[in-house]
Amino acid sequence: MTGPRVLIVGAGPAGSRAAAVLAAAGLRPVVVDEAPRSGGQVYRRPPRDCHRPAKDLYGFEAAKALDLHRAFDGLGEAVDYRPETLVWNVHDGEACTRHSDGTLERIPYDAALLATGAMDRIIPFPGWTTPGVYTLGAAQIAYKYQGCAIGSCVALLGTGPLLYLVAYQYATHGAEVAVVLDTARLSDGVRALPDLLWGGATFAKGLYYRSWLALHGIPLRNGVTPIGVDGEDRVRALRYRDSRGREHHLACDALAFGYSLRSETQLADLLGCAFEFDPLGYQWRPRADGDGRASIKSVYLAGDGAGISGADAADRRGELAALALLADHGQAVDTRRVARLRRELARLQRFRRGLETAFPFPRRLAEGLGDDVLLCRCESIKAGEFRAQAHGLGAAEVNRAKAFSRVGMGRCQGRVCHTAAAEVLAEQLGCEAAAVGRLRGQAPIKPLPIPGQGS
Amino acid sequence: MSRIETEVAIIGGGIAGCSAALHLARRNVPVMLFDKGFAGAGASGVNFGGVRRNGRHIEEMALATRSLADYWHKLEDWLGTDCEFTVTGQLKLARNADELALLDAYAEAAAPYDLGLEPLNRNALMERYDWVGEWAFAAWHCPSDGHANSRLVGPAFAKAARAAGADLREHESVVHAETLGDGFEIATKSGLAVRANRLLNCAGGWGAEIAALFGEQVPIVPLAPQMAVTEPCPYFLEPVLGMVGGELYVRQIPRGNIILGNGGGGEVDLASGRTKVRPADTLASLADAVKLVRPLANVNVIRTWTGIEGKTPDGYPIIGPSATTTGLFHAIGFSGHGFQLGPATGAVLAELALDDATPTDISAMSIKRFTAPAT
Amino acid sequence: MTDALFRRLADTDRKRVVIVVDGEPVEALAGDTLLTALLTTGHHLRDSEFGDGPRAGFCLMGACQDCWINLEAGGRVRACSTFVSDGLRVRRPKSTS
Repeated sequence: MTGPRVLIVGAGPAGSRAAAVLAAAGLRPVVVDEAPRSGGQVYRRPPRDCHRPAKDLYGFEAAKALDLHRAFDGLGEAVDYRPETLVWNVHDGEACTRHSDGTLERIPYDAALLATGAMDRIIPFPGWTTPGVYTLGAAQIAYKYQGCAIGSCVALLGTGPLLYLVAYQYATHGAEVAVVLDTARLSDGVRALPDLLWGGATFAKGLYYRSWLALHGIPLRNGVTPIGVDGEDRVRALRYRDSRGREHHLACDALAFGYSLRSETQLADLLGCAFEFDPLGYQWRPRADGDGRASIKSVYLAGDGAGISGADAADRRGELAALALLADHGQAVDTRRVARLRRELARLQRFRRGLETAFPFPRRLAEGLGDDVLLCRCESIKAGEFRAQAHGLGAAEVNRAKAFSRVGMGRCQGRVCHTAAAEVLAEQLGCEAAAVGRLRGQAPIKPLPIPGQGS
Repeated sequence: MSRIETEVAIIGGGIAGCSAALHLARRNVPVMLFDKGFAGAGASGVNFGGVRRNGRHIEEMALATRSLADYWHKLEDWLGTDCEFTVTGQLKLARNADELALLDAYAEAAAPYDLGLEPLNRNALMERYDWVGEWAFAAWHCPSDGHANSRLVGPAFAKAARAAGADLREHESVVHAETLGDGFEIATKSGLAVRANRLLNCAGGWGAEIAALFGEQVPIVPLAPQMAVTEPCPYFLEPVLGMVGGELYVRQIPRGNIILGNGGGGEVDLASGRTKVRPADTLASLADAVKLVRPLANVNVIRTWTGIEGKTPDGYPIIGPSATTTGLFHAIGFSGHGFQLGPATGAVLAELALDDATPTDISAMSIKRFTAPAT
Repeated sequence: MTDALFRRLADTDRKRVVIVVDGEPVEALAGDTLLTALLTTGHHLRDSEFGDGPRAGFCLMGACQDCWINLEAGGRVRACSTFVSDGLRVRRPKSTS
């Protein structure tokens, strides 16, 4: 087999689509993914012992999910698939991997396609580390992957389409949803309508989830501000302020929250890719051209790991990036297909703009973070300590603030706290969050165990 | 172009440079310092954090003792913070009789310096430190050594220097420097033209480049020790742990994280200042870790990093007057063990700049051992 | 309100698996992650090292690194991404502060 050796990191919609395209072109990409099965997060497949109908798991997206799974499974030996494998570093044209059984390997490549996905973007609040508080993504995974609800009486809080999707999934599968609290105002949604209409069926589904919830008596509130979670050893209640400023106290035993998603970009960083602050997604992302070429030669980016754009876009970006890779390595590609994918992505991008307008990231919640609230849950550092350490030695950007305060030095490498830490620092310095920079990735991108005796 | 006049200009805002700035400012001398990035973010800020005299070249001992007694133990007075400096003792391990012989010989040579060195055979080691691994054949213990948080020290010196009146310019590279016969002219990235009577070269890994501007070719090569840090573990490792040969060293902070360092080998691009940890070296250090500290088995490493140091062929720093240019003083080439020396080095530089003399013996560290005097 | 955090909603007809948590047997189902097993029978996975209280995971997708627990045989695993197996013995990390 001639042609470049390609490494794909991530077997979600972007990665598995890219794999299929490259395999069809006669390459045999190595596909490395941490999960035991393909699908990523949005189309996460349950463990093999579990038997759940696709409609239960994916709702309206069942057909797309099954299609993607079948396409990837059908590749068989046409790809070199490495599930349960973490890429913990990339160096000198090799990916350093660790299998869940401890096996370490180095996989050489000529071109890398990163489809590393995203996780929820959060802002801390008092009590957010209490057992029973999870991300919206976690609440969804508990159901999809493990058939569980995160509690018996679940409150949902945040903003973004995931908020309503999770509420709907929970309520339609037997979980009690106490309330759905959106920090966005209804007026944000109205303003976003012209762009949201570009979302077609996706937008219609979103409206449907919301209407269904309302029709089934689940309280929906907009313009909400979280105050805190009560409970020492577990969630007992949620306190929040409604759009009129009135305080509410809601008994519940679980809370799922999140404010859209945040790209996983550590490998792009280790590869030396240039980054830019995306004002629409309001976060840093590795710079890429319209087809997914990163600033480093032979590195391609696709899916939510290259900027949040949703599952439908991920699929198309995976295909586009694979085609770009092929074209760059001398293979002929179907230019009409490329043109079509670009058009579809442009349409999806307009919808994305609508979503960002309808569900804006509530910076004020981070800027105003109380001194007593835990900012970094890995290192147990409160916002006030962060402010004091950063100010004390004059930190003017986040990596410096991390060095002085330890915020971001924990196991998660700032995945969870980075967003809020940047806002707090920016507020202290009187500048925009983008101006304080971004936390640099360091290997291993996830914890790597020291071998025991005789390993 | 803006022109500034000052008495002393300092290139490099690591611990030595910022300490010099602090001392000069306290003597009411106008001083300007330039660093291409943030103060203390170079080798000063990314090193292992060991504060030790044990194992040093004997000729460094005067400087190291001054640093320990007058600075490390008094950081709170100088800086308003102790930068987490703690005297925990240091254990230097030997893996076999040959290595032990080296440590024994060293202990004898260091005797005049009152380090309080104490030998421990394997049984004594196992009894006192039940976590030692299979490599622990014997060790010497130095009770006066310890460690500190290297991320904080440089910036704390910078803050104190500024408070004392020094003018520190971060993100201001020096693009050219030359002597005018009776002084120096320094040009910076943003277009400053600075005239100074004295110039201190504290440019760390880039120190040779500065020296070369004055006709001094010093054989400094980049050295990049690679560090790894673990998740927090229950605190058990009190002394800082080193070994003969310096392949691996270990310390634990009270919060529980354990830091492992190796002797060097990180990838360095001097021009951009970018460094990369080599994954093979990470794995090699991890594979050896349990041979030093048994409870490290299965503990997760959560981060690695490296930085740029300057290494001389003999491993001694270069501290002292220039061989070619009056009024120019160097403090470079610390070869991976400059952290402890930094504070006193700054004091010495200030003394040299103002008094042309220092009470501390730095004779073995003269640049003249590498360069011929100007003709 | 039971002592457990999580509630099973579906797919409970799976083979029973028994693991041991802090020396006590805990019943789970084949296909459960350790996180599910612990949180359908209890309400925490570990104590924070720094004394700010119990933790029960957060993201469930291997990103937040909050769910690491100890294997009695040595080693640590993320509870959210490790499946149960018969006889597996785990311990919930305690605070070190």
